[in-house]
Amino acid sequence: MKKQLLAALIGLSFAATTQAATPSVEEMWEIIQKQQKQISALKNQLNTNDSRLTETEIIAEATISAVEKIALEPVSVSKTHIGGYGELHYNNLEKDNGSGDKNEVDFHRFVLFTSHQFSDSIRFFSELEVEHSIAGDGQVGEVELEQAYIEWDLANNKTAKAGLFLMPVGILNETHEPDTFYGTERNAVEKNIIPATWWEAGATLNGELSPGLSYDVAAHSGLFLDDGEYKPRDGRQKVGKAKADDMAFTGRLKYTAIPGLELAASLQMQTDMHQGEGDKIAGTLFETHLAWQKDDFQLRALYAAWDFDDAINSIKAGADEQTGFYIEPSYKITEKMGVFARYSEYDNTAGSAADSAVEQMDIGMNYWLHPNVVFKIDYQNQDNSAGTGSDGINLGVGFSY
Amino acid sequence: MFKNLFNNLFNKAIYTGLLTITLLASPQLSARGVYQSGPDFIAEVFTPQQPEAGVLWFNDNIREQAEKILGHRVLGLRVRYHHSAGKSAWILNEIGKEMPITIGVVIDQGKISSVKILAYRESRGGEVRYPAYMAQYQGATLTDSYKLDKSIDGITGATLSVWAVNKVAALALYYHSQVASQPQ
Repeated sequence: MKKQLLAALIGLSFAATTQAATPSVEEMWEIIQKQQKQISALKNQLNTNDSRLTETEIIAEATISAVEKIALEPVSVSKTHIGGYGELHYNNLEKDNGSGDKNEVDFHRFVLFTSHQFSDSIRFFSELEVEHSIAGDGQVGEVELEQAYIEWDLANNKTAKAGLFLMPVGILNETHEPDTFYGTERNAVEKNIIPATWWEAGATLNGELSPGLSYDVAAHSGLFLDDGEYKPRDGRQKVGKAKADDMAFTGRLKYTAIPGLELAASLQMQTDMHQGEGDKIAGTLFETHLAWQKDDFQLRALYAAWDFDDAINSIKAGADEQTGFYIEPSYKITEKMGVFARYSEYDNTAGSAADSAVEQMDIGMNYWLHPNVVFKIDYQNQDNSAGTGSDGINLGVGFSY
Repeated sequence: MFKNLFNNLFNKAIYTGLLTITLLASPQLSARGVYQSGPDFIAEVFTPQQPEAGVLWFNDNIREQAEKILGHRVLGLRVRYHHSAGKSAWILNEIGKEMPITIGVVIDQGKISSVKILAYRESRGGEVRYPAYMAQYQGATLTDSYKLDKSIDGITGATLSVWAVNKVAALALYYHSQVASQPQ
């Protein structure tokens, strides 16, 4: 009995042991199910991590792009631009004949540029200037609109302008920010012969004939010489209720294919400088110039000549020919400092045998505090047969932006 | 008087018209516009290789130096570029006078191998895109003061456009030098 009981106990115990070590099929199935669930859960977790990682990358990219867009927006969407330039001059000059000294300080020009881009191919540009600081009745200065035109691209290589624009003549007429040229005052030749700064109203076409060879053709309002006047500078009407009985035409060819070199020639024609009032006097201006920069050396040279009908000689003898030229070598000693010398000569009555030319020698220095901020000092020696030439020192400070 | 005036005007109109027609019939050469797209430029630079795209992130030092080179603030957080075997290509925008100029610069072993104007939008100074101007940048490196070690002859009346290209060329050289110092 005892043996049977023991055997039964052992059998039970074995069965129990066997049962614990080897699960039944049902138990196995249950375990597999549990494990499967765990695998799925882990898989899901992994997938979630993966998608979270991708999502994080997308969010990072979107954030960076948005930050960049916001940061760059003021630059990329601004269609209206404001710019300008200004120059303050001090002149200490003495007349050769002792008839008077000039000892003046003058905020010669204060200019505001405003431009607006209507579309990729249509834009507006303007220049508003206060000359000599104060304008109004009895004041020494003027407020002038020197540029105000619409420009549009007709094709990739052709641009048209309509409105009030600067004549495509000379070196300084179109580019005259003080930090772009030597000498406190602008050269006397372009001022008295061309006459810079010269603007008219009309239409113009600009384009390229070949790489580096461009042209301008313009039809526009003309000069008007009132009674007794004979100098082109006196004829500028500045497009203020300007007489428009006789139009004028200007053409220019410019060669800029070689780095640092500009060669240009302009021709301007007007059939009646009197605009239908009084004797008809036709006038033609021819101008040509060279601007050449090689490393630190620069050379500018310009020649301009007006040819008027002889009838103008009844107003002033010899005024039928009015010519001038200058040559200006310069050298940049350092990046910020340059020296120059300029010899110029002009004559508003070159058609007469009398010696009426004005000769001027300038030497001086520009110091660029910043590429767009310049200090200038120069000495001028001006001579003419009347003894009214002025000699002395000019100082200036100028800027553009 | 009016008859004379009319005749004169008429004659001039004829001459101007003829001149204009002659000029309009001249070969088409673009002065302003987009000359080449960014992808085309990159493909041209690296052909037949396939370049890798890279991103240079602006840390404080890079931003500060880039701002010194350009002379104004640098916005954005990074700049993208392409590179292959020591050569990198950068497409950067810089304003000349008023409008941005898109400039492609290729640096090979720390020297400029080419500069190309991809888009020009300014009214004046389009001459910068001519091969003769661009060739001046070839071989240029950066001086210790982060300027180009070569003198570039400019364009009368378009100094600002030339300065913009000079600055971008120097900036690309600087960016190229910084690529190696950042984990890719």
